[in-house]
Amino acid sequence: MARTTPEIPNASMADIAFLLLTFFLVTTTMPNNRGLSIALPPPPEATPPDDVKIQERNMFKIQLNSSDALLVEGEPREDIRNLKDEIKAFVLNNGRDPASSDNPEKAIVSFKTDRGTSHKRFIELLDIIQGAYYDIYAEQAGVSNPKFREAASDLSIPENKAIYDKGRAGIPLNISIADPTKAGGN
Amino acid sequence: MSKFKKKTNVKQDIPTSSMPDVVFMLLFFFMVTTELRKTSIEVKQDIPKATQLRKLMRKSLVTNLYIGEPNKSAQYGKEPKIQADDVFIDTKDIIRWVNEQKSKLEEVERDQLTVSLKVDKEAKRGIISDVESELRKANARKLLYSTREDNKEQ
Repeated sequence: MARTTPEIPNASMADIAFLLLTFFLVTTTMPNNRGLSIALPPPPEATPPDDVKIQERNMFKIQLNSSDALLVEGEPREDIRNLKDEIKAFVLNNGRDPASSDNPEKAIVSFKTDRGTSHKRFIELLDIIQGAYYDIYAEQAGVSNPKFREAASDLSIPENKAIYDKGRAGIPLNISIADPTKAGGN
Repeated sequence: MSKFKKKTNVKQDIPTSSMPDVVFMLLFFFMVTTELRKTSIEVKQDIPKATQLRKLMRKSLVTNLYIGEPNKSAQYGKEPKIQADDVFIDTKDIIRWVNEQKSKLEEVERDQLTVSLKVDKEAKRGIISDVESELRKANARKLLYSTREDNKEQ
């Protein structure tokens, strides 16, 4: 007796799957939740005006004008490759060079732009400044820079928190982003 | 003389029986790694590159602001505009918008709201700093400049 095995025709299965795939490709996007993270200062009226004078030596001034040209400590600069090392040396000076910072807690990197500065250039410089700090933190915590940033992204895990605290100990992230000056904007 | 007779019954089909499996695997990959489009972005979005990226873990705490030149520049002009959800907003509306976003979150998590600024390369600092000062007033002080990863350095 010949038995017929019941079968579902599956020749069109690939077509159906392709159709679904195309649908998902069109209607969805890749999420991008990555970028340069900063914390804004409290609103101006909430903070009492402090008359603490910041010494010149504790400030590392970076300025960008409306045509995206760069001033570092008052000197025009074209080449930005060494800037990261200069910031690192400035933060970790600890009073050795009398023209540079007293200690990492007092050291401030001041970043000022014009209203006409492009966002691309702003990000480029902020990336360098943050990179210098992350390098310092990573070295103090004894891990690589990408590893430190990964740990800092998720502090709910105790090991990450330990790495983060060890790296940050005694070195606050003193990046001051000043309100832009009027030039070149609207 | 059949010594050089060609073999005639060589199978020339590509086996396709595993094709559905392959396609389904691709399908599942895309279903897991992507998310549905919630808004259609109406401004130019050429995001700058950077190296020192941080990742945001809690997606529910992130809210997006898009800044750039409008795609329909004939209608809205060439000046960069701010898009929140599906509409263009003014800088003065930002406080109200932030409070709306905060009210969607649990009470204990409201101060952890992170604003992700997706800003076009060509936008100027002026408009961004206006947005920042409004965000400071609205007490939404965690900020992320959305960037793409730059692999060529380091």
